[in-house]
This record gives sequence, structure tokens and C-alpha cells, in this order.
Amino acid sequence: MDVLDHRNLDSLLQALRERGYRLAGPTVKEGAIVYEEIFGAADLPTGWTDEQDGGHYRLLRRDDEALFGYAVGPQSWKRNLHPPVIRTLTTRRNGKTGEIQVVTEPVDESAERWAFIGVRSCDLHAIAKLDRVFLGGRFVNPAYEARRGNIFVVAVNCGVAGGTCFCVSMDTGPRATFGYDIALTEVLDGEPHFLVEAATEGGREVVATLETRQASADEIEAGEQVVERTAESMGRRLETEGLPGLLAASREHPRWDEVADRCLTCGNCTMVCPTCFCTTVEDVTDLGGEEAERWQKWDSCFTLDFTNLHGGGVRVSPRSRYRQWLTHKLGTWHDQFGESGCVGCGRCITWCPVGIDITEEAEAIRADA
Amino acid sequence: MLRRLRETADTWTLELEPPRQGFEFAPGQFTMLYAFGAGEVPISISGDPARPERLVHTVRAVGPTTRAICSARRGESLVVRGPFGSTWPVEAAEGGDLVVVAGGIGLAPLRPVLYAALARREAFTRIVLLYGARMPDQLLYTAELERLRTQGIEIFLTVDQADEQWRGAVGVVTTLIPRARLDPGRTVAFVCGPEIMMRFTSSSLVQAGIAPERLHVSLERNMKCALGHCGRCQFGPHYICGDGAVFDYPAVEHLLTVPEL
Amino acid sequence: MQTLDEIVASAPIFAELHQDDLLTIAGCSRTAQFAEGEYVFREGQQADVFYLLRRGAVALETFAPGRGPLRLATVHEGEILGWSWLFAPYRWHFDARALESTRAVAFDGECLRGKCDEDHDLGYELMQRFAQIMVSRLQATRFQLLDVYGNGRG
Repeated sequence: MDVLDHRNLDSLLQALRERGYRLAGPTVKEGAIVYEEIFGAADLPTGWTDEQDGGHYRLLRRDDEALFGYAVGPQSWKRNLHPPVIRTLTTRRNGKTGEIQVVTEPVDESAERWAFIGVRSCDLHAIAKLDRVFLGGRFVNPAYEARRGNIFVVAVNCGVAGGTCFCVSMDTGPRATFGYDIALTEVLDGEPHFLVEAATEGGREVVATLETRQASADEIEAGEQVVERTAESMGRRLETEGLPGLLAASREHPRWDEVADRCLTCGNCTMVCPTCFCTTVEDVTDLGGEEAERWQKWDSCFTLDFTNLHGGGVRVSPRSRYRQWLTHKLGTWHDQFGESGCVGCGRCITWCPVGIDITEEAEAIRADA
Repeated sequence: MLRRLRETADTWTLELEPPRQGFEFAPGQFTMLYAFGAGEVPISISGDPARPERLVHTVRAVGPTTRAICSARRGESLVVRGPFGSTWPVEAAEGGDLVVVAGGIGLAPLRPVLYAALARREAFTRIVLLYGARMPDQLLYTAELERLRTQGIEIFLTVDQADEQWRGAVGVVTTLIPRARLDPGRTVAFVCGPEIMMRFTSSSLVQAGIAPERLHVSLERNMKCALGHCGRCQFGPHYICGDGAVFDYPAVEHLLTVPEL
Repeated sequence: MQTLDEIVASAPIFAELHQDDLLTIAGCSRTAQFAEGEYVFREGQQADVFYLLRRGAVALETFAPGRGPLRLATVHEGEILGWSWLFAPYRWHFDARALESTRAVAFDGECLRGKCDEDHDLGYELMQRFAQIMVSRLQATRFQLLDVYGNGRG
């Protein structure tokens, strides 16, 4: 474990850029902290924090210069690994011979090398869950595989618990335990600094070039306490014991009607959720009728024609669509992937326009089972 | 596309020639068929698994994509992905009676079962087809069924509504079950058709004494990827594109009665 | 060639009835045959008989002006045709016409009704068995009404 002076974080970012990585990290934009391309520590949300609750998100100024003094915003890393819109293949038809040629979209392995800066533990778990979906099933998603193979991860152990966070309930944080090259803990007491932990060959190689010194036992202890405090101030709690079985037995629970009265089926929750992966496919032809492209786009189980039969929706009522989302996320995801689909990041609670709280809904079903 | 046969007013059977040596598949599997510029849909393979040099699909034209597929001309190409999905466990019926119950176009994914079973006719004591459609002109493969009858398949047909020429049974396909005089202890049954038909039929078969584990159904949902990645074909915990379309009845019995699952 | 007693004793609808009851029922029975196209009974007529079909098939029909005979259902070998004999006003609700040369055992409904009035246990047994048939037919009819194959839906 090493110590890096707080003012020297930029040297880490520049070291990555020198190695040909483009940086994606948190930055303030349009009143929220989003993950966009950044070019140095100056782009980070220095001195900002977020206030989150059901249907509520505000940025507030801190009285210090913390670089990672906030929880997570509306975006997650799925935007980079599983982009909202991509072309998957192009088909060309020879107008004269009728012969068809199919060209799968090439994924240029060498082109894009991204370093993700400031990845929280919940999001590391979310990436691992997407890995299970796209790499661990019957078929591998080659586009995801290529993007996934090229990333360098700088994780951050949270120093602040968000108002809607419940990673402790989901056993997904706040401490990052895997999936990163370098993990940072921001310590603001005393002389502000970062505790730096390199977990891979690549991570060690980069850290070796930085101006760091060995951390003392006290400093390591102080770092642990930062994370401890975060763990103790979670905004929400979810009882996960027996949840899949409970949900499977509760498909006719009256709570679904109750939440349906509030749910707008807007799908915000699925957009901000770091593990929601569902997509739709659109085929578009050019005017000449000789070239057609297939585009894959994010979709949501809240759209009416998401699941359908002969053009008629199967889940027509808002009740059935909300039920599908929650029972999949907390229940049938276990049957499909052997674990929960939820990482406790709280984004769905914060970004729901009417403040529907997944932990509250699960609790209501449990209470009345 | 080599040959196009009109089965009914809105259903065609297409025979495609695979570009490579052959398209291997097992009964119950489907492909994603793409008509240039018109989209992709899952279509069950309805041909003979022992003849992979011809890839056969029976398609009902109900929307823009299927209409485009059904209007493909000789010599035109269609793009095929697959095969996907689980298979009818034909071997499970060996040594006993194989009973196939089909409704409407549900006979299409079951026809490969009949071919496969006939190829090993001696492995089954009885092969029985119970088949119902809405009206006589909507029965599929009628000429071929007569031929299959002579090769050792007992065939019972019925329609929901008769026309002037129909001299056969009238009534839903479940009314054929008692007439077939099945021996529940020896029977393995495969059922395919509209979901309501499969629920009624499965219930009648179980009531007739057939153990639920010996009953298999083929479910359907729209699909975009058939790879388990787009999420659309979920049915409770199952992905119909990969865990199905063929399921053993106990796995889905309780799910079939949940509205809007 | 089975006797009427043997046929009655082995018919599934009369399974597990006492020997005495079987004799009573057989005592009310006779053989019947119908040529292809021949009416077995007509809508509105007195319903005093029911049939156990031994060979052939019978179609239940009704006649609509301008549409001709509409076939609702067919009854086949081993199945029972007719339950209106059990319930007032004891009239047929549909036509029944033989689709092919058909042989059946006909049971005198009026006679059996009398026997059931005297012996309520027998009446209960027969009522149960006919109720079972009607339940099956009703469920099948409801399923038929759903028109599950229609118009590309279902």
C-alpha cells in the first residue's frame, strides 16, 4: 500500500494518458456528475458532493477539495462497455444477382484503450454481472468482449455513502475487492492524500512511476476507517434473505397493483441501472435498397412491445412490467446467473421521477407475504 | 430459396439450400430468418433432420417481416442464423408410445419429430398425431399426412369449425385424446400450438393419467437476438431462445397460469 | 358378437355400477343403426333416448336460414350421444346426423327415468356420470369458443 499526495493525483492520470489510454471519469455536467472523457485531475468534481433521495438529486459544494467526495450519478460504466447504440452488421444485396453479403461489424481491438477512473465497488460488481451475461452464457457477445478486454480500471473506495446507497446489504461494497488495476482511498483528515493499492501487473507498473511512499500502519488504519464510516452510513437497506423464492411466490401480490398506481413506466430505472442490459434491434435500409444495417439499441422491459407475441404485447399493464423488472433484478436473475442482479447503487431510487424505492417495494412484499 | 409451397391462405413452406454442406439441426430447434431490409424473426425448422441438405421452414405471414419472407422468390437469398433452442426429447419416448398433439401452425415444429420417429419406427410401439386447426383449409401438410399414415403414424384430425365439404371430426383438439385410447403409462407427449391450446391440452393429458414429466411443450415469444443477450424472450426465469423453446411441462406449468408474465 | 349385457357391462360410462344396475340398464337397451346422412334425432323432438356409439360417427348440427346446416361438434365410437333425456323438458336441442354408417346401442330414456325415480341410488350414479360428460363437453366448447387459431393471434 502506498501513499500519494492529494495534489499529485493528476500524475496518475497523465501516466495513463502517456501509455495511450483515453480517460473516462467523473465530471460535472448539467448539474450532475457523469462519466465522460476527462484529460486530467482538473476535470474531476473537486469539492462537490451529491444529495440523493427518492426522485431527488442535487449537487452541493463541500467545504474541502475532495476529488471523489460523492456517490454515483445517473450514468454507469455500461455506457462504455455496452454502448446505447451500435451497429452490429451490414448486409449488402447485389441488385442484379440478388446475392447477399453479410458483414459483421468489425471490432478494432487496437483502436480504443480506455482507462476508467473512479470506479466504485458497486460498479465493479455491476461490470462483473455484465460479464456473466455477455461472456458467461451460451453465446459470447464479441463487441462487449473486445471493449472489455481493453480497459484499465482505477477504482475508488467510497468515502461518502449516497442517500440511496445500499451496497452493504448487497455485499458489493463500499470497499473494492476485485476487478481493478489500481484502487484508491481518498483520506482527507490531516494531510490529504490517497492510499494507493496496485492489484495487477499493469497497475504496479504505473504506480512504480509515481511519486509515492510506503504507507504506515496508522495510515492504512485511517484508510480503513474512511471506508468503515461509509459502510455505516448507508442510505438504504435491503433484506436479501430468501428474496428469490419470496418473489417467485408473490406474482399475484397486491403490492404490484399499489406500485403500478405510481409507476409511470418511463424506464428511467432501467437506463440508470448498471446491470440492466436489454436491447432491441432495428434494421434500416438505404434508399437504393442495396445496403441494410442492423443496429442494436438499449431497450427497457418497461416498453410495451418489449416482450410480445405476434405483434401484441405480453405485458400490457404497468403492473406486469414493474413486476417483471423487480422480479428479474432481485429474483430470476439468480436462476439465470447464479447471483442477484442488483448491486445496491441506488440509482433507480434517485432517478425515478416518482421516487419508487426498490428496497421499500421488496420490504412491502416480504412483510405481507 | 429453392421452393415455396403454399400451405394455407397465409402460410407457406420454404425450402432453402444451405451454402455449405448441410444445416444440421435437431427437432424443435429454430433459426432467425432475415429478409433483406425487413428484419429478423424466429421460425421453427419444419423439415427432416436426416436431410440437412434442405433447410425447411413453415412460415405464417402475420407481419411485415414474415410477409417479406413468404414472398421470397426462387433463387433469392435469405440470411439464416442458428439453429437455436432446446429439442424435443424423442428418445424419451422410445420403447413406448410417442404422442404428438398439434394445434394450427404448431404442427410445423413437430413435423421433424414425426420424420425422426419414422426413421426409427421400430423403436416406438405407437406413433400418434392428434391435430386440430380452426377450419379444414387451415390444416397443414394434409397430403403428406395421408402418406405418413401409411408409414405407421396413427393420425386423428379435427377442426373447430367445419365447412360444407368436411366429413371429419368437429371439436377442439382435446376431444381427440379419449378417442386415441392412450396408455398413460407408456405415453410421452409433445404439445405445440397457441398457448391457450397448450394449457388446455396439457391439462387434459394430465387428467388422462399422463405424468407431467412425460409431457413437453414448445413456447413462443418474440426474439431479437436468440443469444440470451437482448432479454426480450424471458418467461419467468427462463430464456425461451436458449432454455426453450421446448420445455418439460413441470418446468413451466406454474408459469403458464400467471397472466402477463 | 357381444350381447347387450356384455356391451353395457364393459362401457366406461357404466364402470363400477352394481350388477343389478347393469342389468336394469341393459334391460332398457336395444341396438340401433343409421345409414350415412340419416338423422339420429331432430331439434325440438322428444328426447327419450341416448346412444352409446359402437361404430361410426354422428355430427351435431343446427340449421340457420341462409347458412344451411352448421356443424357444432362430432361424436365418435365409444362416446355417449344425448343427455337431454335426463333433464326436463326432455327435448333435443340440436339435430344429430350420421356422418357414416353407424351402429349404436340405444337406451330408453323414459324407461330409465322411471327406474331412477324408484331407485335414487341408481339415479345418483347416472346423474354423476352424465354430469361428468357434460362438464367435459362444456369445457371443450368453451375452448372452441375462444377461437385460439383465429386471425394470427393466440
